[in-house]
Amino acid sequence: MVGGAFRVTDKVQIAILGSGPAGLSAAAHAAKLGISHVLLEKTDHVSDTIFRYQRGKYIMATPNQLVLRSDCPFVASKREALLSTWNDLIKSLKINVRLRAEASKISGSKGDFVVSLANGETVLAEHLILAIGTQSNPNLLRCPGANLPHVQYQLDDPGAYIDERIFVIGAGDAGIENALGLVEDPGQNNFVTMVNRSEDFARAKEANVRVLMQANEAGRIAILVNASPTLIEPGWITVETSEGSQRFQCDRVIARLGSLPPRKFVESIGVRFTNDSPTAYPQLSSSFETSVPGLYVIGALAGYPLIKHCSNQGYDAVEYIHGNLTLKPADEPILERKFSALPGRRTVAEWLDYFRSNVEILNGLSPLQMREFMIDCEVHAYRAGATIFKRNAIGSSLFGLAGGSVLVETDPKKPSVTVGIGEGSIFGEVGLISGRRRGSTVRAATDCIVVEVERMSALKLMATVPEARNTINRINIERQILQIFGSGLSANDIAEVLTDAQLKEVKAGEAVIREGEEGRDIYVVRYGSMIVEKEIAGKRVFLSYIPAGSYFGEMALVDGGKRIATVSAAIKSEIVRLNGDAFLRLLGRNDRLRLRLEAEMASRRKVNRFIEQQKKKFGGVVDMYSAVAEFLVAQGIGEATDVLLIDELLCIGCDNCERACADIHDGLSRLDREAGKTYAHLHVPTSCRHCEHPYCMTDCPPNAIHRGEDGEVNIDEKCIGCGNCLRYCPYGVIRMDSVPPEKPSLLMWLLFGSGPGPGEPDKKWRMKHAREGVDAPKVAVKCDMCAGKNGGPACVRACPTGAALRVSPESFLSVALLERGRE
Amino acid sequence: MADRSSYGERADIAYHETFLLHGRLRWMKVAIILNVAAIATFWWANAPAGFRLQHSGGTPLGYTLGTIGALIMVWLTMIGIRKRAMTSGHWSLKAWVSAHVYLGLSLIVLVTLHTGFNFGWNIHTLAYALMWAVIVSGIVGVFGYVYLPVRLSDVRGDMTKRQMLEIIRSLDGRISDAAQPLDRSQAAAVQLSLDKTILVGGLFQRLTGLYFGCGNRRAIRRLRRMRRKASDAQGAVLDRIAGMLARKQEMLKKVRRYVRVRTYLEAWLYVHVPMTFALLAALTAHIVSVFFFL
Repeated sequence: MVGGAFRVTDKVQIAILGSGPAGLSAAAHAAKLGISHVLLEKTDHVSDTIFRYQRGKYIMATPNQLVLRSDCPFVASKREALLSTWNDLIKSLKINVRLRAEASKISGSKGDFVVSLANGETVLAEHLILAIGTQSNPNLLRCPGANLPHVQYQLDDPGAYIDERIFVIGAGDAGIENALGLVEDPGQNNFVTMVNRSEDFARAKEANVRVLMQANEAGRIAILVNASPTLIEPGWITVETSEGSQRFQCDRVIARLGSLPPRKFVESIGVRFTNDSPTAYPQLSSSFETSVPGLYVIGALAGYPLIKHCSNQGYDAVEYIHGNLTLKPADEPILERKFSALPGRRTVAEWLDYFRSNVEILNGLSPLQMREFMIDCEVHAYRAGATIFKRNAIGSSLFGLAGGSVLVETDPKKPSVTVGIGEGSIFGEVGLISGRRRGSTVRAATDCIVVEVERMSALKLMATVPEARNTINRINIERQILQIFGSGLSANDIAEVLTDAQLKEVKAGEAVIREGEEGRDIYVVRYGSMIVEKEIAGKRVFLSYIPAGSYFGEMALVDGGKRIATVSAAIKSEIVRLNGDAFLRLLGRNDRLRLRLEAEMASRRKVNRFIEQQKKKFGGVVDMYSAVAEFLVAQGIGEATDVLLIDELLCIGCDNCERACADIHDGLSRLDREAGKTYAHLHVPTSCRHCEHPYCMTDCPPNAIHRGEDGEVNIDEKCIGCGNCLRYCPYGVIRMDSVPPEKPSLLMWLLFGSGPGPGEPDKKWRMKHAREGVDAPKVAVKCDMCAGKNGGPACVRACPTGAALRVSPESFLSVALLERGRE
Repeated sequence: MADRSSYGERADIAYHETFLLHGRLRWMKVAIILNVAAIATFWWANAPAGFRLQHSGGTPLGYTLGTIGALIMVWLTMIGIRKRAMTSGHWSLKAWVSAHVYLGLSLIVLVTLHTGFNFGWNIHTLAYALMWAVIVSGIVGVFGYVYLPVRLSDVRGDMTKRQMLEIIRSLDGRISDAAQPLDRSQAAAVQLSLDKTILVGGLFQRLTGLYFGCGNRRAIRRLRRMRRKASDAQGAVLDRIAGMLARKQEMLKKVRRYVRVRTYLEAWLYVHVPMTFALLAALTAHIVSVFFFL
């Protein structure tokens, strides 16, 4: 026990459960205000989550714009420094901490809460603050020997184990990441065996499984499937597999069997959650009070995983309990600044309410969620006639129309042809869903007020609020179809077609329609892309590439008869199937649409015919063309928006591209020219493809990955170096590294040979010239297409022979490739 | 928000140009125009006098040609800085290389006219000869750049040099493990492969591809002889090792072929660059001597 004396019978004003950043901050503020309090921590040290971080881990202080309002200091620093600051704070503020105090049951109500501890004691409190996070209790192994000292349930520092035979039990993400960490450095010479209770790794992230399988193939990790440990002895482990029981030598057992989510415990107190989804958070008032009066939830459990948020909420919750009901949240100034550009003098709370009630997709948010949500959003006011975004502009944000109305220019040639969108609705969702450029220009019809939701926030909104997801999908499909077919169609015209439109996900390589098959339905590619192939003279020939936002299947529908080609997904895609008969009726009613479709079909037929003719004349050339196209799709070019290719008929291997990349980006190259696959002398180096739906964005805790103005996928300075993006990227184009020390100038190198010369400095030079006392945290580094740099991508500019080219798939997965085959 | 127009430079895969064809032969055209103009002026200036070309460099035309030639030479040298200085801006090294090749070739005509065909054993003719050395080595380089990339690509396939070396290293480890049960003389034979293998060798070996006395070869030959006398149990071990040595030999061949093409691609520079500096020195001496001693 630390701090003041404590008696069980004492009733405190505030009991705080959990001593993480949120709980500690609350306790610190209570101590400062002289409020009687107790901080209950179930482990034998405070701030267990941070305590369990890898040794030496650098902890970032994000989001940058948020001011810290807490008695608990926090700046970006190393784990050890942070923990020691906080331990000092506990002493200096005399915070009343009880370690090894795990709450097993909570009863009572405001003014009379009773917290029963696992050790049988009880704590009485007027108010409760729940800051227990989401990590909770790890599930334990249940075989004999599970309590031996070499069995552990966490892994602090994978680098700390050398020359060991280690068994990792449990094949979730935590287990896989631990296993990979232990074998990452071959110098440690660990041999890891993964024990998986089931056949596959369904619970883990795809990216993790892929890396695990690679490590397995490389012989660095062994995997036992359908296996579970039955006995642990010092130096040995016995595992039951489908082939019987086996006993292995084993120096260490790391069990990662997941943990019991705290939701059950929280619900047992009577706290209601927003919905049944596993990602749901407790229902909270704007002062963090739950549906149980006097019980507050803050921190990760409330949906705020970042330390700064947590610290602020700890302070705020104590202020509210202390009776300061007029306290404005710490993010108030940020929102104030945001809203200051809008007309009409409303307070922040009024604006929040205005947007929440006016924009349909935001209706389902709680006031707290709304506040959090708006921090990541931009608000704009437009005068009537102003352009909001232009066709073909880069942008994947979603717009909600809170006031006024806008016009969408559906025909790029005639700006006067427009469709209106009214108050409460959304626009810009096509870019969000398809990952492509804006499909049409949108301008304000009247003066209007809009909220611009950034991609990640929009996706989060769709994932957490089902109503929002359904609304966005419904509107998106309707708009996408209107946009693709154009021709002055209105929502009424296509209502019949939409009634039984089906949304379908297609796996990479899966055929949607097959050549020679009967079929009348027509398909729209919602996201992803398709390839069209046809069998000519017994061989599959690549005809064309269909990007998201296009349709296919119209030929068999209009001409009757069988499908003339096979269309299959180049990458995981989503398509909308439209009923053929309904579509035919639509064509019958709309001549313009029919003419348009016929024109498009004629040009598609022309391409097909051209390739077929070529095939007859120059069979080899077309086979080569098909093979190259297939190769490129297999290399992920189908989902690329901009990719670096090396024409190895020209590449002299000078690596000037790599050096240029390093020199223009603080000394770290984002490309590995030589690595990667080659086909027909076309080389796809290890360099970012700027995917339509970037895998790297999947789980970026500080939301540091964005698509920029030129379409580049970029990692900004908010990166905390967690390495998630690197694990998610299937193309291995992201590296974790710290910025090397500055080199002497080129002139100094040329004249006096000082410094390592052009390109990325080697590790030795970096070690020798590292500035002392300066921590250079490792962050994720990848190609940014040299965005914002005058002159464009450095790799292409620095290529002496013209071998390096940047291309987008529409431009080169086309007949143009045939020309290359002929060379 | 950005339009498509602000998108970085895009190349079409089928129509991208090499440095030789850059800008539809823009620099070739410039070089030809420069040369044709020089020849025509030279003709016009010298035809009336019946081509008595004494001290041609000292005539106004001579000075002009000399100045243009010297300026081009200095500019051509700048490519060494251009390719290393990653400044921003819309420049392309490929365009520079293109101009470098064609303007460099144009010097043959410009400078030859500048000499007025006066040669002797002096600093002036030395500079001229050095220029030829630079140009000829440059032409060799251009041929290399045109014909070698495809070989480089074919030799390495999907493998990087680092991967090739990694495979050799891991084979070494396995060979060493497998050799544990062998007797002393057999182990010594295997040791040859581990200790005396010439990986890629020096410049001579890289250029010729001759690797006499490479330990791996010797180990293979020796083991083959020992195999005949070995017992069955030993024979099995020796066969396994022989298999790995053969694989190592294959990988050695691959990495050496790769390094050889890389060496060809760079070797000409070892003439081109030093000769350039010698030329610049001779050029300076030539200019200084012309102004001070004539």
